[in-house]
Amino acid sequence: MELLYVICVGVLTFSGIFLCLRARTFPVVVGLTMLGYAVNMFLFSSGRLNLEGAAILGMAQNYADPLPQALVLTAIVIGFAMIAFVVILSMRARADLGSDLVDGSEPPDTRKLVKSKRGDA
Amino acid sequence: MIEHMIIWPILLPMIGGLLMLLPPFKGVERYASRRIFAVILMLAQITIAATLLITVSSESPIFYAVGNWQPPFGIILYADTLSTMLVLLTTFLGLGVVLYSLAGEDRAGRYYHPLIQFQILGINGAFLTNDLFNIFVFFEVLLIASYSLLIHAGGKQKTEAALHYVIINLIGSSIFLFALGTMYGALGTLNIADMALKISTLSESNLLLAQIGGALLLVVFGLKSAMLPLHFWLPKTYAAAPAPVAALFAIMTKVGIYCIFRVYTVIYGVEAGELIDMIQPIIWPLAIVTIIVGAVGALVSPTLRGMAGNLVIVSVGTLLIAFALRTPQATAAAFMYLIHSTVATAALFLIADMIGLQRGKAIDRFVISRKLKSQRFLGGCFFVIAMVVAGLPPFSGFLGKLLILQAPSLNADKFIIFSTILLSSLVTIVAFSRAGTTIFFRHAPVRDPAKDLSDSPDLSIWQILGVVLLLVASPLLTLFGSHVIDITQLAAQQLHDVNMLIDIMRIRGAQ
Repeated sequence: MELLYVICVGVLTFSGIFLCLRARTFPVVVGLTMLGYAVNMFLFSSGRLNLEGAAILGMAQNYADPLPQALVLTAIVIGFAMIAFVVILSMRARADLGSDLVDGSEPPDTRKLVKSKRGDA
Repeated sequence: MIEHMIIWPILLPMIGGLLMLLPPFKGVERYASRRIFAVILMLAQITIAATLLITVSSESPIFYAVGNWQPPFGIILYADTLSTMLVLLTTFLGLGVVLYSLAGEDRAGRYYHPLIQFQILGINGAFLTNDLFNIFVFFEVLLIASYSLLIHAGGKQKTEAALHYVIINLIGSSIFLFALGTMYGALGTLNIADMALKISTLSESNLLLAQIGGALLLVVFGLKSAMLPLHFWLPKTYAAAPAPVAALFAIMTKVGIYCIFRVYTVIYGVEAGELIDMIQPIIWPLAIVTIIVGAVGALVSPTLRGMAGNLVIVSVGTLLIAFALRTPQATAAAFMYLIHSTVATAALFLIADMIGLQRGKAIDRFVISRKLKSQRFLGGCFFVIAMVVAGLPPFSGFLGKLLILQAPSLNADKFIIFSTILLSSLVTIVAFSRAGTTIFFRHAPVRDPAKDLSDSPDLSIWQILGVVLLLVASPLLTLFGSHVIDITQLAAQQLHDVNMLIDIMRIRGAQ
């Protein structure tokens, strides 16, 4: 179970970081969402993974740590709000900047810049 | 009554901000009632913060168990001299910002005043809490308010800057959560006092986890405080933000600095066993490079507000140098400089905005343009703020820098600190004189002087009031220097006394 869990968190984090490095806003937003999922799962595991643990005292022999669950709930709510904000913001940026690139415009073509140098007409 | 007072700096802006969304204050046409209410709120917050500071500095630090869940289990608010001092600074800055924005900036968007209140709520909360996860929550509160304030009134530049700012801060929040998970996994608690107690008794594998968590936290706080190499977002964001918002943002980098001081002095402090001062060797070179990059940036920036943004980076570097010394004396000096630099940079952003308003299309770019309408007043303000920021006597920058220069005891440290800080001050003066000559002395030839000035807007009384309020704080800090130094020394002493914190929380032996 631990191995599966670790792979899940790792793959999610990897995809999240990879997508965050893309140039357009949509992949970046998806990347942020994935990073959010990864972080939630990671937080959840910080109380150690164990099966059949009860969260209420006096109901079982094993207890699960309730605090990470509370932390994850808070993190999910905050993350959700933030993602909603960034979605709206990137739509606004698409309208304001006229493109969906994070930098607002295509990177300058370096070959053209070299050609149009002064005295090189 | 006094025991519940700690939570008021958080409750008051929250309730006030929410009330401003409701009928008596809602709507475009009722901006006047919103303005009055906002000023009253800020005055009330200043009163409360001042009372708290007086109580805490004359008696002892107090903690407040929210919901009466006692430490180490509940969420704890902790007011010591440091946090109350910074809350007072925030509310004072907030008053200046609100006054300045009454000139018309607040009418550009409907939710300006509530958002300012939420921003202050987040900043106050981050200063007052003693729980690492709660710091995260308050960070998010202040961030989401700052996202909205940044694009307040809209515009292409603002949208682009906001997009970068939001994305980089969302990634920062993810790293923060990873760090918190790691720390919780290692220590089993997120109460700062409890973490400080437990970190000395960790097993070897958990020690490694705690070290990783600490390093990740440094990335987050470094991002917030614009420490090199995480500073790239700052000049652009601050230059794009509306002026009063940029002035309020002056305290936001200081929130990051505060967290670095709090976490790495208390948790990774004297009690930390093997992890004592684990980040100090990293901070030391980074601080110096931060100052150099900020100073070079200030020299080459094409606009006054871009220059102000780079000067924020210089001040962050100066604070980090004082942090790297790790003595209570240096910490006290850092707090003095922190108060000064927050007020000074905020005033600088406001003055840059006023100058930009009167220069037509040139705004605050360093190009030859028409003469300013209020040449004398703005010139005077600019001269004063240049002396304040560069650290010339008789203003508070001098006092702050002097204290930092006095702090190191080793000769090798002294050499590096003297050369970096003094050179950065020199570069600051050069940058200011370059900016000042272009703005105030080099004008395009004018055919009809009377006509040329007529379409420049007049300065509003509120703008003047806001700027003067912030500017006057600087000589006052020098005038009452001994009191301020006493308070900062008390704050530093309480911060470094980890055992006192643990005793106040009554958690020793509780496990």
